Amino acid sequence: MDLKIILTAVIKVSVVVGALQGSVALLTWVERRGAGLIQLRKGPNRVGPFGLFQPIADGIKFFFKEDIVPPFVHKPTYVIAPGLALCCALLAFAVIPFGGTLVIEALELEVPLVIADLDVGVLLLLAANGLGVYGIILAGWSSNNKYSQFGGLRSSAQMVSYELALGLGVISVLVMAGTMNLSEIVESQTGGPWYVLMNPLGFLVLLVAGFAEVNRLPFDMPEAESELVAGYHTEYSSMKFSMFFMAEYINMITSAALLVTLYLGGYSVPDFLVGWLGLEGWALTFAQVGSFVIKVAFFLWLFVWVRWSLPRFRFDQLMRLGWKTLIPLGFAAVIWSAIMIWRFPGWFS
Amino acid sequence: MMSLSILGAMTTLQTGLFGLVAALAVLAAIAVVLHRNPVVEGLFLVLHLIAVAGLYVMLDAHFFAVIQVLIYVGAVMVLIIFVIMLLNLQPEAKGGSGLVPAFFALVLGVGLVSLLVRAELAFAPASEGLELAEGFGSVAQMGAALFGGYFYPFEVVSLALVAAMAGAVVLAKRQLEG
Repeated sequence: MDLKIILTAVIKVSVVVGALQGSVALLTWVERRGAGLIQLRKGPNRVGPFGLFQPIADGIKFFFKEDIVPPFVHKPTYVIAPGLALCCALLAFAVIPFGGTLVIEALELEVPLVIADLDVGVLLLLAANGLGVYGIILAGWSSNNKYSQFGGLRSSAQMVSYELALGLGVISVLVMAGTMNLSEIVESQTGGPWYVLMNPLGFLVLLVAGFAEVNRLPFDMPEAESELVAGYHTEYSSMKFSMFFMAEYINMITSAALLVTLYLGGYSVPDFLVGWLGLEGWALTFAQVGSFVIKVAFFLWLFVWVRWSLPRFRFDQLMRLGWKTLIPLGFAAVIWSAIMIWRFPGWFS
Repeated sequence: MMSLSILGAMTTLQTGLFGLVAALAVLAAIAVVLHRNPVVEGLFLVLHLIAVAGLYVMLDAHFFAVIQVLIYVGAVMVLIIFVIMLLNLQPEAKGGSGLVPAFFALVLGVGLVSLLVRAELAFAPASEGLELAEGFGSVAQMGAALFGGYFYPFEVVSLALVAAMAGAVVLAKRQLEG
């Protein structure tokens, strides 16, 4: 294989992983300041301007805390679990396109701004998501603690249930786009209207299922503090705890990115804007990445907003919502897509 | 993506990768049988299934590989491990399972392996330089096959699966009420 291709791949992966970690750090700050804003208190505001350096202080603290492995745990699985959770979270993001193809003429390179441009992209994301469940289940089981175990069991039940609704929300778009390649799905929305306008029901199903998949309030049963201490990560400390934490936030970013890519045009920049500003080359790429980041940032804020506004569901309510409301609605959304194609074939080229 | 378009001309890298993945699959399968902790056995089965998905990738069947991970690892095995954890099965006690079961296991094992070897010998290896069809293993081709030539068998199988699910629910309900 060409050295240039390997180098660009390495650079792309490093930039994306770095950007993800940086976003996680920023998100923890946004989360706590957002909580302060919503609950009429201040939030962390001491370290640096507006408390912006708080995540750095937290990171240093995580590194220097003692890494305790309790004597009663099943050690191999206890150690593997946080790494598994983090790896799967990172793997899922690999198929998300965050920009169009960048042409670097000086090096005779065409760089598609996605780590893995696969024809089975969406499926790989769902599969990585499914693997991520193991991190949580194993953490719960290996900790040998009834609260952890309950958290693990709840999360496996929850994630398997909501994966179905998530899949149906994704299929609604696949039916309209006629491809599973996420870059092609974005391209198909670049000229025409976004899929959210054609199938708002599918968008709603995917949004709610996304909240449940990342275990965020109002669906944070696996770590319900008031019932389970801290759920599946009760026995974890130091960097191992921090890895679960990072995995959760990266999953949030992936979930938001999936919504944006499937229903809101992903990285696409409106045609009139491209023509009006005369965007091309690097400028166009920056505009595309900017468009993607702004949309994702909005949904990340929505995650924070909802978390500090709504109370938690009861477990039976959660299961009823998943199986008896979201899944039928998901099927309705798929049929909606089919009807759209049948009645308005001109909208889908 | 790098693709294995020519079966005959496997590079050393690909052969090495195949050996690695195949060895992983076999070792994980052996561990499933030998380990004494049910949850760990379940995890080794997960590893085995992932390794098999790796073999599918090398055969250019990307769709199958991802579906294998999505369905078997992401859904079926999660439920199996869920049940093992709920039942709170303890690790098996040390000690064998008696001579008679061991004898039958040996006979069945030897029989199965010899059958496999026979089947393997009966087929000639693929001829050198065999080209894969354009778009082999792609999602589009799978979809075209399922909703084209195999439409009726596919629908009949779906119906049979729905019937099986409905049957399971009815049986479970009857036991709850009875």
